[in-house]
Amino acid sequence: MMAYIIRRLLYAIPILIGVNLITFVLFFTVNTPDDMARMHLGMKRVTPEAIEQWKQERNYDKPLVYNSSAEGMAKLGDTIFAEKSLALFAFRFGSSDNGRDIGHDIRQRMWPSLAIAVPVLMLGLLLYITLALLLVFFRSTYVDTWGVVLAVVMMSISSMFYIIGGQFLIGKFLQLVPISGFDTEDAWKFLVLPVIVGVVGGIGGTTRFYRTLFLEEIHRDYVRSARAKGVSEMRVMFVHVLKNAMIPILTGVVAALPLLFMGSLVSESFFGIPGLGSYTIDAINSQDFAIVRSMVFLGSVLYIIGLILTDISYTLVDPRVRLQ
Amino acid sequence: MPELLFLWTDLLLWLLVLLTLAFIRYASRRRHLREPWQRVFRSPMAVGAAVVLAAFITIGLLDSIHFHSGEESANPGEVLSLFDTLVKPLREQQEKSYSAPFATTLYAREMVTQPDGGTERIYPRLKYGGAHLEDPAQKYSDIGAIIAIGAAQALLLWLLVVALLGFWKRSRSDAQQSPSPRPSPGGRGGIVTHWLSVLRRSNDDTDNFPWPVLVWTMLILFILIFVSARLSLDYHILGTDKVGEDVFYQALKSIRTGLVLGTLTTLVMLPAAILMGVMAGYFRGWVDDVIQYLYTTLNSIPGVLLIAAAVLMLQVYMDNNAADFSTTIERADMRLLFLCIILGVTSWTGLCRMLRGEALKIRELDYVQASQAFGVSSFRIMMRHLVPNVMHIVLITVVLDFSGLVLAEAVLAYINIGVDPSTNSWGNMINSARLEMAREPIVWWSLSAAFAFMFALVLAANLFSDVVRDAFDPRLRGKS
Repeated sequence: MMAYIIRRLLYAIPILIGVNLITFVLFFTVNTPDDMARMHLGMKRVTPEAIEQWKQERNYDKPLVYNSSAEGMAKLGDTIFAEKSLALFAFRFGSSDNGRDIGHDIRQRMWPSLAIAVPVLMLGLLLYITLALLLVFFRSTYVDTWGVVLAVVMMSISSMFYIIGGQFLIGKFLQLVPISGFDTEDAWKFLVLPVIVGVVGGIGGTTRFYRTLFLEEIHRDYVRSARAKGVSEMRVMFVHVLKNAMIPILTGVVAALPLLFMGSLVSESFFGIPGLGSYTIDAINSQDFAIVRSMVFLGSVLYIIGLILTDISYTLVDPRVRLQ
Repeated sequence: MPELLFLWTDLLLWLLVLLTLAFIRYASRRRHLREPWQRVFRSPMAVGAAVVLAAFITIGLLDSIHFHSGEESANPGEVLSLFDTLVKPLREQQEKSYSAPFATTLYAREMVTQPDGGTERIYPRLKYGGAHLEDPAQKYSDIGAIIAIGAAQALLLWLLVVALLGFWKRSRSDAQQSPSPRPSPGGRGGIVTHWLSVLRRSNDDTDNFPWPVLVWTMLILFILIFVSARLSLDYHILGTDKVGEDVFYQALKSIRTGLVLGTLTTLVMLPAAILMGVMAGYFRGWVDDVIQYLYTTLNSIPGVLLIAAAVLMLQVYMDNNAADFSTTIERADMRLLFLCIILGVTSWTGLCRMLRGEALKIRELDYVQASQAFGVSSFRIMMRHLVPNVMHIVLITVVLDFSGLVLAEAVLAYINIGVDPSTNSWGNMINSARLEMAREPIVWWSLSAAFAFMFALVLAANLFSDVVRDAFDPRLRGKS
């Protein structure tokens, strides 16, 4: 088991190097730091001195990959690639284009993100599984047919509609909770609405997906044996079928776990939650390349951790999967 | 004489139409390809959805023939589409600012100088919306009359279509029956039976095609089109936006953007995904390792962030090379195409992985082994045996991805990394209307129109793709 995990971890290294190279090419060679400086300083009448100064303040004034003026290892070390791109491997994110420490920001902002993402995941899992089991329980009746139609209708609605509709209905019309904002005291008041919207928005697609997973199990032999022994349909559904269908559901959840840190881009910025999602959006809007670059790398790392966790959890819950 | 202008997305969209037509011709001659499609079109749900989709596609394609407007037009050199000329009144009837659907006055009060010299704060009448009315109170009876006329015209056209369908069905059943004198249950009876068979469900119909769903959906669609066309001559049926542009026009123009993003995104990456997926599965070994590494790496970058990074870079590039793009529409089109490509880069990996898995299975089959034994080249084996046998997966993916991409556009527009702000799109409509939510009374029409159009397209696509998937999925065949 240990050897398997170590091998999986080693396999992640070339992928991360690849991600690092892609981001480097995108952010530094497609457009040079000069272009970035010109864009930040405004297009009109930018003096070369201003560009140089902008680059110097942000340590962009070094050669890209090879510094011929330096000595020894510094020929490779004293470059933008080494300082801005390779440093990400040590999770040294550096400072953003307006001078804030990105690492510090990330550590502070991930908690509000988690405060929304974790309840959404938990409540959602509970609700979707219950709904899907109900649909399967009433299979080939009108409940099932119309339930699936409703699910398709719900998944055809834009996620923005759920957010705006929720804000309008609960925040503005019923005035139950504030429309947006965040405060560490009384945080729940600000979290209720995003969580509800997050859960409701996923009902359509996820319930339908889980329903197909349950339907696949319900035609298996062990279900027939259980029924033949006189096990009640309720027990068949909630004990036998649920247990087996949980394998794909849980491994899917495990893959998503690390990415919970990243938060939800749109809903966080709509509700004014100071999490990592809104951090990223703000960075994109203010064209802060340093933050976007850090978030790309962080996201990839978390995704790969999710992949590894999935593989491990497969071996734990399903003994048929062999470690190779 | 207007001079045609070929935008990149226009060309690709028409190329896609040609490919689809070629595929239909190809598939209709092969039984194994024809049958799943016949199964699709036996489903009432798919036929209903297909009619709605066809309406959207027609508008989108009409909107994809661009030309420079002639010298005699109001704005020489303006780039217009065929659709723009068809809905000229919609495009040109610009108000001053916001107005509600069917309103006769502006949304906000303004200071107006009265004839006697004094000023008064009133709701000024609109320039076009309901301008033909002497008294705004007549509005409702006027609207009612227009709806009645539009519906009557729609009904006439629809009756014509039904009549033609009945004649067509009779001539077809005559042709089928002439060799054998045995009367079929459908009967070669009079034309009335054929008309009835078009209008209602009957079990003795020979071709299993759900004609009633087709014609009744068409009736609803005709009425909607005729009524909205007649109404929009005199009113802004979905109101106007901040600069007074008709929201209905914007929503219709956005159809093209939605279709382009939904279809071209998969189309541009399709060759790469098919080639790499099949190669990885067929050659295995180091080729497989390289390709797997490639798509795992791309996949591990969060999609939205990769798109954001790429679009930011595009913006910088365009700002620095502004001279390369002569008109705003070319610039916007370039950005749309680029967005398709970058969305494609983030979404092809799933398809590639599936194709690899399928190719791994197919390469062990007898006919592939046999051609290997005969010394057929690898390239030929892949082209003749592997690619045709994975096409159903490709098709299902293309159809399933469509609705997700249309929805994604709205989210991207919100993050400001979507299509160019000058392009009409539902995402841009939502994004600009969102800021007006705080106004009192609320400006709801832009937002609702964008959501409603998007919902209609995505729902139709979802229902259609469900049936397509069921028809092409071999696991489901035989069941139910």
